[in-house]
Amino acid sequence: MVACLSWTMLLAPLGAAALIWLIGLHRKRLSAALAITGLLLSFLCSAVIFFHVLAGEWLLPREVSVTWLSLPGLTIPFGILIDRLSLLMTLVVTGVGSAVFIYSLGYMAEDEGFTRYFGMLSFFAFSMLTIVLANNWVQLFMGWELVGFSSYVLIGHWYAKPAAAEAGKKAFIVNRVADVGFLLGIVALWAISSPVAAERTFHFQTLEHRLPVLITTGLIPIAMLPLIGLLIFCGPVGKSAQFPLHVWLPDAMEGPTPVSALIHAATMVAAGVYLLCRASWLFAALPSVLTIIMWVGGITAFLAACLALVEDDLKRILAYSTLSQLGYMVMALGLGGRTAGMYHLTTHAFFKALLFLAAGSVIHGTHEQQIWNLGGLWRSMRWTSLAFLIGGLALCGFPGLSGFFSKDAILVLAHEHMLPLYWLGTLTAGMTAFYIARAWFVAFTGPARHPHPAHESPPVMLGPLALLAALSIVAGYAGIPRLIDPHAHEAWHWHVAAAPLIVVMAGLLLAWLVYARKLVSARQLVHALALPYSFLKQRYYIDEFYAWYVAVVQQRLIAGSCAWIERRIIIGIAVNGTAYLARGLGQILRLWQTGKVQTYVLAFLIGVAWLLSASLR
Amino acid sequence: MLEAVCFYAFAALMLIAALSVILNRQPIYSVLSLLVVMFCLAALFIMLGAYFVAALQVLLYAGAVLVLFLFVVMLLNLERETLARMRVFTLRGVGTAAAMCLLILLWKMLASPQAAARFTDAATARGHGSIEAVGRALFTTYLVPFELTSFLILAAIIGAVTLGKFHE
Amino acid sequence: MIPLTHYLLLSAVLLTIGLAGIMTRRNVLMILLCIELMFNAANLAFVAYARAWGDVSGQVAVVFIITVAAAEVTVGLAIAILLARQLRTLNADEVSLLKW
Repeated sequence: MVACLSWTMLLAPLGAAALIWLIGLHRKRLSAALAITGLLLSFLCSAVIFFHVLAGEWLLPREVSVTWLSLPGLTIPFGILIDRLSLLMTLVVTGVGSAVFIYSLGYMAEDEGFTRYFGMLSFFAFSMLTIVLANNWVQLFMGWELVGFSSYVLIGHWYAKPAAAEAGKKAFIVNRVADVGFLLGIVALWAISSPVAAERTFHFQTLEHRLPVLITTGLIPIAMLPLIGLLIFCGPVGKSAQFPLHVWLPDAMEGPTPVSALIHAATMVAAGVYLLCRASWLFAALPSVLTIIMWVGGITAFLAACLALVEDDLKRILAYSTLSQLGYMVMALGLGGRTAGMYHLTTHAFFKALLFLAAGSVIHGTHEQQIWNLGGLWRSMRWTSLAFLIGGLALCGFPGLSGFFSKDAILVLAHEHMLPLYWLGTLTAGMTAFYIARAWFVAFTGPARHPHPAHESPPVMLGPLALLAALSIVAGYAGIPRLIDPHAHEAWHWHVAAAPLIVVMAGLLLAWLVYARKLVSARQLVHALALPYSFLKQRYYIDEFYAWYVAVVQQRLIAGSCAWIERRIIIGIAVNGTAYLARGLGQILRLWQTGKVQTYVLAFLIGVAWLLSASLR
Repeated sequence: MLEAVCFYAFAALMLIAALSVILNRQPIYSVLSLLVVMFCLAALFIMLGAYFVAALQVLLYAGAVLVLFLFVVMLLNLERETLARMRVFTLRGVGTAAAMCLLILLWKMLASPQAAARFTDAATARGHGSIEAVGRALFTTYLVPFELTSFLILAAIIGAVTLGKFHE
Repeated sequence: MIPLTHYLLLSAVLLTIGLAGIMTRRNVLMILLCIELMFNAANLAFVAYARAWGDVSGQVAVVFIITVAAAEVTVGLAIAILLARQLRTLNADEVSLLKW
């Protein structure tokens, strides 16, 4: 029963994608129906499993697996591992995914790539589920790469637009760079998993049980394990867009907004966080790597929040906000808080998807993305504005909403283990409140600045908004931490929650004063802080640095010298040289053919003489 | 005694004439030197008791083949052949050196004790070289080759005539 | 009594002289002539062995050799005449149409 449900859960979106590609590319309604059915089927399966687990009928963890590749010395299974972690993540992915799918019906209704959009979305869903449900490293990596590919295709959905194509390429390439380290880490982990070659494994649970034994018996070199941990962390650095590989996420906003909502807010970017949870047994043994992880997360959170302060594109504000929240999650995991990280991932999925879908609704209604070209949407798009408001409040951790509880859990951890990070996180929370309030006040209140009148979105788009808004509100009370870790306790920490609360309120107040009451002109502020403003506007010049690096160091230096070697040495000497050698030999040997009889007689004579001398001996 | 004198005389003459064949610049002189070689050979054949073969040598070889050569040489009005450069690494130098090597090899082979055989007088007494003996062998044991040579000659005739007529 | 080896050595010398002649002479006709010289050397060897072994087959062989030589000379000279007419040269160095 479990096996049947599990495989359906994993493969239904794949089946939908395949069917769409095969028969549905011209039929809009069929492809949409297939995609939504596939994902809803997965959601239903996961819900069934969830309820059975809640009722205590089925014990976790459960696993179904087939052997995918079996060679002497190498066995790779393909299977589904259902435990509390994967179950929660599956519910999030399929649930939020279904909402986004239904939303897309309205958003992409006029798009000519409607059918391939849904096909690719279904394929993405399958890839994401492969990551979530994987029971071994190789399968996880497969899903990892596949989501990267799906992301590339979906970002470049409007491929005729050069910016979109470039953004897709950038996303894929940056992820690829990170995945090199990731793959090295996976293989290294496999290599040390057993001194006996035939017993080496990629399997999560096996590795989890073996690791302490391997460490205590000293079979692993001491320096090896932190290195492996670092290498494996490279994967989340790329996929979850941590500093310094964060550059692809803002550009990924070129894709359709539902894609941004699903992939670049709720699910794919959270895969890195999920991986860190999955492999927490590995990192738990490596305090140095954990320190690196937590600081990378904290720095990402802070830097991204700074960047969001100066953005004028609605989707980009939300993208930087996603970066910042991902930083929070990674920081949580670096502090050893698996539960807190997953909690924030779940709530973030809800309110960030909500925010993005609301932004998509705005774009759909006004065809405008720059906040300075919008305004007064509270009057023309009531429901959308309400959704954005709820999402924004959840994002900055307004008391009572889900974001408040999850962020608090993270900051508690920071307060316990690394106080500087606590203050950094608090400051970032203040900035979060400021920028999201800025977006709200500029785009949704005040006079309407956009040329065409805005119209509210159709119900098919508003429905998912309502659902996600509801989830953003109540998710804090659903007891998600206990779902992840049955022994978690949700105590209330006033002394920890006080500072962030004050900072958040201050941020909201400041934004209200500047952008609503216009106490201080925004333009004057910009003039006053011109230098930091321009630095932030240029996004710390990181993109320029990468471009320089690729153009000069990589292309001219490394690729250039390799090309020189190829041209001069390999082709010049080995290939052409062989040809010249053959030709030269031929030139020499042809001199034998003189055409003169006497030469041939001489040859004959030499042969006879040689024969005679041979017989003489 | 007489035999030895005859042998060495004729042998010396033969060798001098042979050298003249290859070293003489005038083609006519070369041909005539070869004629001398053939006559000396005939003398040696007679010394070896092969009378019929000696007669054939003089009649056919010297009398017909060489005369043919003479006719062609005179027909083509050959000039005096210019002396070729005799450097060591030319074809000629290497060729001559190779010929010398062959001579040394052959000398080594033939001068070995196994080759030393005494001629039997009984052979001459039985008239082994007479025309009757040769004819007997020719028409009994070697009949088929004998008949086949007629074909050979026919082929040569046809060839020569065809080639002779082949001119623009 | 002249031993067999003398005749054979004489034959070998004659052969070698003929060979040297082939290598050194430039006129095609003279090359043919030197070939004839080599034939004669072979004839001497055959007759010598015929006498040594008391077998008349050697002399029969000589008869055949003479016949064959005659035929060969016929055709060879015809070719030489053709050469002289077509290529206007009898220089063996210049008759090298099969050169690379």
